[in-house]
Amino acid sequence: MKNIKLYTLLVLTSSLLLIGCGNNNNSNPPVSADTQFSQSDQVGRPAINTVFVTGGNNKNAFNTTIPGNMETAYQQSFEDRLLALNPNYTQNALGQDATTFTTLLSNDVLNVATSGVTTFFDGQNVLTGNNLSDDEIDVELLLIFGGPDGSENPGLTSDNVDSNDRQFLNTFPYLAPDHQ
Amino acid sequence: MNFKKLLMISAVVIAIGAVGIFAADHIDAPAVEGTSTDITDLYSFRSPANNSNLVFAVNTQGLMDPAATQNATFDENVMIEINIDGDGDLIEDQVIQVVFDDGEAYAYGPAAPLTTGTSGRVNLDAPRTKVKITGAGETANVGTNNGVSLFAGPRDDPFYFDFVRFQDILAGNESQFRDPGQDTFAGTNVMAVVIEVPKSQLPSPSSGKLNVWATSNTAQ
Repeated sequence: MKNIKLYTLLVLTSSLLLIGCGNNNNSNPPVSADTQFSQSDQVGRPAINTVFVTGGNNKNAFNTTIPGNMETAYQQSFEDRLLALNPNYTQNALGQDATTFTTLLSNDVLNVATSGVTTFFDGQNVLTGNNLSDDEIDVELLLIFGGPDGSENPGLTSDNVDSNDRQFLNTFPYLAPDHQ
Repeated sequence: MNFKKLLMISAVVIAIGAVGIFAADHIDAPAVEGTSTDITDLYSFRSPANNSNLVFAVNTQGLMDPAATQNATFDENVMIEINIDGDGDLIEDQVIQVVFDDGEAYAYGPAAPLTTGTSGRVNLDAPRTKVKITGAGETANVGTNNGVSLFAGPRDDPFYFDFVRFQDILAGNESQFRDPGQDTFAGTNVMAVVIEVPKSQLPSPSSGKLNVWATSNTAQ
């Protein structure tokens, strides 16, 4: 009995050593190297799919369109949607006409600066990232409804929720603890 | 925010209309399947603790009340991927791939992807950071390796928006936001994956800006 255990242990040890060779991680990966994953969901900027893509099938399709194909597939429908949301749209506070603005939005990725501050918009910097505390929705509402100087449609340019319900942390992982 | 979250919120709106009260624990995800793949939001920002690092936060499974959070888990068949384009062609040059197994989260990367696009495998040869998944109400576990920090577990949903009112405006039932607004996401949790990475391990974009997006991917 003892010998069998010893033999088993030896076999196990040697097989672990074999698997361990040439692998810079441990011997038992959490997922097989052969497992194929297929994309289900995709997010870049906040609420873009929610606001600019209409119809369930289109929303599902948007989630599996690679960013490099998004402008071709969605810019025109985004522009139509923008003008449906705000028929009086001429330019936004960034000086963008409807085509320019929706070209930017249809490429649904977050632009993130590798130097300097990151912010969705802080009065000076635009689209250099998004902090947890950024009022991203107000920025988007202002650009959609506010016109060239931000003064148009005043009832639609802020949702009047200006901060999160919990304080963020200054240390990793930064998000506030879960509600209990 | 994506389609599934929208559906869930729509269900809340319907529930409010039907019952006349907002009670988050009445949401039991009717008619919404596969919520483990639902990304609610992506945040990408300079580390508040270290200017040389960037932080990526990918939140999933939104609108969980505290009771639902007690039983929340990450799906071992779902891989969360952070895609990073450095040269501006909207094709990922680097990825961070996060998978879950037996109570642990594993982040591989940042490293070049084995393939680009909407399907692929995990690059198991990439540098790996591992952490025990934090449970509901627990102090955050933080895994570190090679300058990379990793957290996985329930957190307060950082997103804030009077989404219910916005839906009413879109439906033509209201003409403007209310003041003060009501944060539809107040008091709710998400299953969060947070990764902090030294900028030196990321591409140096000629434009000064990376393009970043997050995906959830299901094992086939």
